[in-house]
Amino acid sequence: MNWFGKFLTSSIGRKFVMGLTGIALVLFLIVHCGINALIFVNDGGVLFNEAAHFMGTNIIIRTMEIGLFVGILLHIVQAYMLAVANSKARPGKYQVNSANANSRWYSRSMTLLGTLILLFLIIHLKHFWVVSRFTGLEETSYGAGNLYIEMQEVFAIGWVVIVYLIGVISLAWHLLHGFQSAFQTFGWNTLKYRGLIKCAGKVYAILIPLLFALMPVAMYFEWIK
Amino acid sequence: MNFKLRIWRQADSKSNGKLVEYSISDVNPDMSFLEMMDVLNDRLVKEGQEPVAFDHDCREGICGMCSMYINGRAHGPMKLSTTCQLYMRNFEDGETITIEPFRSAAFPVIKDLSVDRTAFDRIIAAGGYVGVSTGQAQDANAIPIEKHHADMAMDAAACIGCGACVAACKNSSAMLFVSAKVSHLALLPQGQAERKTRVLNMVEQMDEEGFGSCTNTYACEAECPKGISVTNIARLNREYIKASFSGD
Repeated sequence: MNWFGKFLTSSIGRKFVMGLTGIALVLFLIVHCGINALIFVNDGGVLFNEAAHFMGTNIIIRTMEIGLFVGILLHIVQAYMLAVANSKARPGKYQVNSANANSRWYSRSMTLLGTLILLFLIIHLKHFWVVSRFTGLEETSYGAGNLYIEMQEVFAIGWVVIVYLIGVISLAWHLLHGFQSAFQTFGWNTLKYRGLIKCAGKVYAILIPLLFALMPVAMYFEWIK
Repeated sequence: MNFKLRIWRQADSKSNGKLVEYSISDVNPDMSFLEMMDVLNDRLVKEGQEPVAFDHDCREGICGMCSMYINGRAHGPMKLSTTCQLYMRNFEDGETITIEPFRSAAFPVIKDLSVDRTAFDRIIAAGGYVGVSTGQAQDANAIPIEKHHADMAMDAAACIGCGACVAACKNSSAMLFVSAKVSHLALLPQGQAERKTRVLNMVEQMDEEGFGSCTNTYACEAECPKGISVTNIARLNREYIKASFSGD
């Protein structure tokens, strides 16, 4: 096997792929959240629809979208493969294990949290991505898809809002561990930067999911129209 | 003091083990955990029963031989302590104490609480040493090294290779151990000659031994009797990535 194959199949290389795709998704979420937050302008979705139209039609963005799906798939497949391998590394389980005494529950539950996010993602893609790319949206006055109205319709349903809240809460816990974990895997978690990475990770893991959570809630209660 | 002990008994690596209950009374609070086990074993021998097999050697907290997973913690409930430095006064009178071996596919049980940790020896043999000829021992002051680096290398070198990190990790990862050994030599001038091959070979051996991968829960750091920091794992990752991508 050549050096690159050796690296990618080593335990550290596989974690490196997890970290790299994870940080790519972290960057994607900033863009996703930023654009969606335009609904809070409360202009009936005019600005938001324009931004969504740009994202859906710009050739560079559409090309990046392919990269995003590849990244998500790599992150998911690698995660489950690692989880299986890690489970095999301890075939006999402890009869008594005080794991809470030495680590945080969410750092030990990344597979579970990731699975919840995956289930949410399937529902989420069906609600918005499939509709805007394939089955078609209602049109705005200038002929673009009206994603805003689609959001209002989807978030008028109570159980959908609850599913979205479970999704973003899982995301928050996942990020609380994942953000700083990626930097540890890259080897950047040195004494000098440890504080900064931890702090940035906490701010990110709370702020982004909070903004995402506000979107369905604000639409359900019609705080924005 | 009196205790109810639930001890993992397993005849050999192929048998199935189970927890067996024993009562022990009149335990001196100032006995070490291993001394309490000695008292129990004396009694078991006198009663014609098989004594409990467990690893131990220096009983001073520096050899890394003692192990045991006590009440769900590697080396028991005390921070920065090996099992031999754990005292019965650290437990409540009348407490039930569950004692299991360090569990990992890479650490097969030999008997009862004794596990085979030679996987660590094979990782060391893969590169955890200075292999180039260094000649006679020279005046220590002839090799310039910055104090900060000397201190970090010393902290990493404090690893006694007991395997508590593997035992505590939910994935049975050996990253803290390997990172301590790699860091120790990567930080010192003597380790520079083989810096890249060392980390590549040691990680390859670690993976071959069947340890899991690191998911950064940091349980290892919390349970390490020598307080080895997970910043060493960051260094190991850095060293491995750099060595893998290096053009030399």
